Order: sequence, then structure tokens, then C-alpha cells
Amino acid sequence: MSAELVAVLAGGRSPEREISLRSGHRVMTALRSHGVDAIVVDPAEQALVETLSAATVSACYVALHGKEGEDGTVQRLLELIGLPYTGTGPFACETTFDKVLAKEMLATAGIPTPPWAVLEAAALRDLGAGAILHRLAERVSLPAVVKPARAGSAMGLSFVERETDLPHAVMNALSYSEAAIVERRIDGTEVAASMLGSPDDILPLVEVTPKSGVYDYAARYTAGATEYHAPARLDADLTSTVQSVATQTFRALGQRDVSRADILVAADGSPWVVDVNVSPGMTDTSLLPMAAQAAGITFADLCERILRLALARGPN
Amino acid sequence: MAEFSVDPYGDLYARRTGGMSASEVRALFAVASRPEVVSFAGGMPFVQAIPVEHVLELVEGVLMESADVALQYGGGQGSPGLRERLCMLMAEEGTLADPEDMVVTTGAQQALDLVGKVLVDPGDLIAIEAPAYVGALSAFSAYEPRFLPIELDDEGMVVERLVEALVRGERPKFVYTVPNFHNPAGVTMSARRREQLVGLCREARIPIVEDNPYGLLRFEGDMEPTLRSLDPQNVIYLGTVSKVFSPGVRVGWALAEPGVLQRLVLAKEAADLCGSNLNMLLTERYLAGETWRANLDRLVGTYRRRRDAMLRALAERFPSDATWTHPVGGFYVWVTLPSHLDTRALLAAAVERRVAYVPGTAFYPDGRGTDTMRLAYSYPTEDRIDEGVKRLGELLADEEELYRSLST
Repeated sequence: MSAELVAVLAGGRSPEREISLRSGHRVMTALRSHGVDAIVVDPAEQALVETLSAATVSACYVALHGKEGEDGTVQRLLELIGLPYTGTGPFACETTFDKVLAKEMLATAGIPTPPWAVLEAAALRDLGAGAILHRLAERVSLPAVVKPARAGSAMGLSFVERETDLPHAVMNALSYSEAAIVERRIDGTEVAASMLGSPDDILPLVEVTPKSGVYDYAARYTAGATEYHAPARLDADLTSTVQSVATQTFRALGQRDVSRADILVAADGSPWVVDVNVSPGMTDTSLLPMAAQAAGITFADLCERILRLALARGPN
Repeated sequence: MAEFSVDPYGDLYARRTGGMSASEVRALFAVASRPEVVSFAGGMPFVQAIPVEHVLELVEGVLMESADVALQYGGGQGSPGLRERLCMLMAEEGTLADPEDMVVTTGAQQALDLVGKVLVDPGDLIAIEAPAYVGALSAFSAYEPRFLPIELDDEGMVVERLVEALVRGERPKFVYTVPNFHNPAGVTMSARRREQLVGLCREARIPIVEDNPYGLLRFEGDMEPTLRSLDPQNVIYLGTVSKVFSPGVRVGWALAEPGVLQRLVLAKEAADLCGSNLNMLLTERYLAGETWRANLDRLVGTYRRRRDAMLRALAERFPSDATWTHPVGGFYVWVTLPSHLDTRALLAAAVERRVAYVPGTAFYPDGRGTDTMRLAYSYPTEDRIDEGVKRLGELLADEEELYRSLST
């Protein structure tokens, strides 16, 4: 590759700062191992615009997680600066990162996503929405998963069995975001479908089996706390059904280069899309690198391929 | 390729690592340590109060006069000259100590680990305070004990609860306590309770592990006797220079009876051969002059003003149904909120508002403490303390409103 400098954007001020730094440093090392001159740039430590303008940066690899990195803010900025960057464009980032918008778009496109309801902090504070909390439970039917509308890494997520547990779960989610999503809990096999290139290019599915039974923050980021099977232990028909749902999902949400959809396969074989990540984790316990490895693509090859997609596209 | 393993060591880990896992709270602390956040989370000493030129002179002296010792291995028990000095430091609180009964450790934290290593078998019971110092919980946990949490009140450990447990037939290997300016609770054990605890443990033949990092940081009132001074035979005493000098030199110690001491020294040698001679010689010199007293007086004055600033801010800006302790020394205020508020869940919103604390659950081995938080006032300036408490107070008011709207 060219001898130009690639800035791996990682860190930031979101609650996922630590994970992003882990992702970013691994990507930097991988790119360097392929002869790409790469540095990590942490927008919380360095003024981003200044740093990118001062250094002779030729492209950015976006390894930021959470707000700013995934909601289109950074992507918009990079387009203004005129630098090529990896991954999805600003508007699609914005709609994907906000689970309220993403679920609406999935439903509109006829893609199965579990029944849900939204509760906004403003509706509670100013409009008395607390009085109809039971409606939420009826609409969704318990057990449910309560999660922040805009956050990642299962942060602020809780499972609710009884209606009396709803207020606590909602407050927990609203600590991370101005809106909470209450979503019907689907029991089944959790798989991650990763896209590399275009929505038609789906890597092998990765099946996730947390030893504690719950794929929460600790299960995601403690090595050994979760078992992974890649490819997932689904039969050929089911695999292709899930992959085709993933393709539709990535298309409906306008995903570019790389993305990951978390899909639950219920006991009856029906797939439900529960989450889509525009900036999939690249840590040692992350799902996209596992999917790539199952396809025979090393981590360094994966990083380089993602970077090449951005370079080939050029500035947006 | 059927099973995919991200961790080739997955099946090899020792059972005692079972509790070591990633957590959301730790991830949030990565953001909380950023300068724009007013952090009441870490109990960091205000090391800026220690004059750097003075330390530089001391380091120079150490290297000019004893480089051959400073740069070499040393004995496992720690340098004799330093042990003399540390005994003099203990005398400041009225504790008689013999340098021969002392082992110098890498901070008092290593002493906690060594105590666990020497005394705890898997399944053994350790009596602790509820809440207890989180670092002690994690040091002991590696030896797979069970914990017996004993409630605290404004006079420290409620010894009657320990009596009840013993009557029930519980048999702790030892009792772990932080009697002065408790971490995290901020309370100090009363003279009455000290006598009671020492008497009970002597009679029941249960040793006490007394952890006293903050003893010399008293703001007001009379000094209480150390437990060690009340019963030298039955108390293992842990100390540190982290709060009177610097946590950067990693110098702590344990004082114990000869049989225990011998094992602590052997365990220390097995862990790291010996402490850092360079740091030990530096610390010895620091404590040899008279400057350390002036520095300590200044530090105590600073901490007192910060404590005052925090108590003032809490009274002014926290909801009326919250309660908190009034420390007479040390680093911490312990806050209890109405029971429907969960401080773990609130931490993300707090960090978003640029203020941080430690959720109370960290200080219990059993998931209790969801409505509590520890606030450290040792590091931020008075202005920042006021600003941080203001941000927290506003958050709590908003959360209260949210809770009320959810429970209509």
C-alpha cells in the first residue's frame, strides 16, 4: 500500500471509550504489520480537526464507539475536511445508532424486529407518561429487554420479567440516553451477522453462548466468559435465511463497508433483528473479527480490506 | 471449525480468577478520569503539596551517598533504617513498635495480599465491615474466603453484631477493620467500641487485622488509641506512607507477632524478593528530617478545607432525603440516598454531566449498597468540589422527578 498516513480514530468521551481504545490500538498494529503507516488519534486527547489538518493524514479508520463516533457526527466532520473514512455515511449512521429510528426503518422494510415501545425521559418528566407504564408492558408483553435508545455494548440494558421491575429498568436505560426502548424478549440462539464490502457480502455467522446465560457487558469483554461458534451451529437453510435477513437489514439501513447485525433465532426458526452496529468492535473478544477468521481472513487482512474500501471510494 | 475460542487459556484459569471480570463501572471510570470530569471516585492523595525540590534533593542524597545499596537487591523484611523510622511514625499515634516485628511491603495493599496468603484457606470466613475497603475485598478474594459483613454506624463497627455472629456459631479466621476515617464510610471507631472489639477478639482468640492508612490525617477531636496499642499480641497492624508522603513510592508495612511475621516475610520474598531499596532509602530520608511534619500539617489543612467544602456543598445542594457521614479525618464521605435510587445505574448519567463517584455496591461482597455512594474530597480543589456536588445534586433532583413520574 501507499506510504501515506492513516489516522485510526479511537477513544472519545463515550462510556465505550475503553473498548474503542482497545479496538483502535489493535487496528493500528494490524495496519502497521501490513506496512501501512498508522497512528491512533483520540478525539478526547487531541483537537480532532487540528490534528487531522496538521498531520499529513490521507485517510481515517473510524474505530470510535458510542455517541459522536457512531451517530454521524465524526463522519460529517470528515466529509467537511475532505478525508476518506471507513464505514457508513453520516445519515445512515444517525438512523442506525438511534434504535428508535432503526427499528422503525426495519419494520417499514418488512424486516422482523421484536415488538417494542419507546419511553422518552421528556415524556415522563413533562407529559405524565408514567401513568401509562402498564400500556408499555401490554404492548410488548413481558418478559422484555429494556435498553437505552442510543448506546452500545449492552450498557444500560436490563431484563424485565415483571411489570414492577419496569421503573428501575427504565431509569437504568435513561441514565445512558434520553429515550428507553422496551422490547419483547426473544428466547433463542443469538447470532451475529457481519457484512464486509456490500450488504450482499455476509461473513459466516457467529453464534454467541454466554456462560452466564446473559450476553451483558461482562460476558462481552471478559475473555472466556462466552463461547462462540463460527460458523453458527444452524442448518444450511436457516443459515441462508438469517444471512438474507442480514442483507436486507444492511440494505434498509444504508450500511457501507462494514457493519454487524445482532439477530436472535427463536426456537421456531424465525430470525429477529435486535441491533445493528455501524462501528463493530475490533477487540480480542469482538464478533466481526471472529466472523472474518471463520472465512479465512486474518485480522490484519480484515483491517486492510476495510481501509482499502475507504481509499477506493475517496473523499465523500 | 466448530467451537471458536477467543481465549486459548479459557480452560486453564485458576478457580480464584472467577470473580475477575470486565464491568460497566470500570469502563465508565475510563471516562471519569478525564480532566473535564470532577472526580470524587479515586481516593487520590494531593501529592502536589509535597515540594518536588525537596524530594529531588533527597533522591540526589540517596544516590550520591548509597547508590550501591539503592540500586541493589535488599532483604525481604525491608531496610532496617526505614523500619526504625516507620516505628517512630507509629509512635505519633501512641503505638509502640519494634522494627524487628515489622515487614516493609509494596504499599499496605501488598500487606493485605500477604495476610490473605498466610491466613486464608478456601472457604475460610473473614469478618469485614459493611461497607468494607474494596481493595481488601479483592486482595482477600484471591484466596477464596467467605465474608461475614458486620454493620457499621457512626461509632464504627457495631461489635454487638459480631458477638451475635459468634453466638450463632460463626468462626471467622480474623476480623478486618479500618478504625480511623473509614474507607469508604468516613466514620471513626469510638474508644468504647475499640475496647469492646479488642476484648471480644482476645477472649474468642480471633486476631484483628487493623488497617490504618489515614490515622495521621485527623482534622479535629482527640486521637483514639490504635487497636494494636490496646492488644499488641492479637492485632496485625497495617500501615502506609501513601497518605503522609506519597503513594508513588509504594511503601507500606505490616507489624505482627514473630510467628506471623516470619510467614509474612517468607510470603513477601516469594512474591517479589524484596521492596525497592531506592524507594525505601528515599522514604527513610523523607521521614528523617522535620520537613515531613510541616508538609503533613499543610496536607491535613488542605484536606480539612476540602472536607468542609464538601459538607457545605452537600448540605446546600443534595436532596433533603439523602444522608451522609461527617468524617473527622481522612478522604471520604459516604452518602445514602432514598432506596429507589440505584447509584450504579446513575453513574453513566453522572459522567455525562462531568462528575464521578464510586457506586456503593463496590464495597459489599454481596450486592448490597445500591442506594449508596462514596465521595472522595481529597483531590479536587474547593471550587471543583462545589461544582461537582452541584452537578450531582442536579442529577439527583432530576432522577427523583423521573422516579416520581414513573411511580404515579
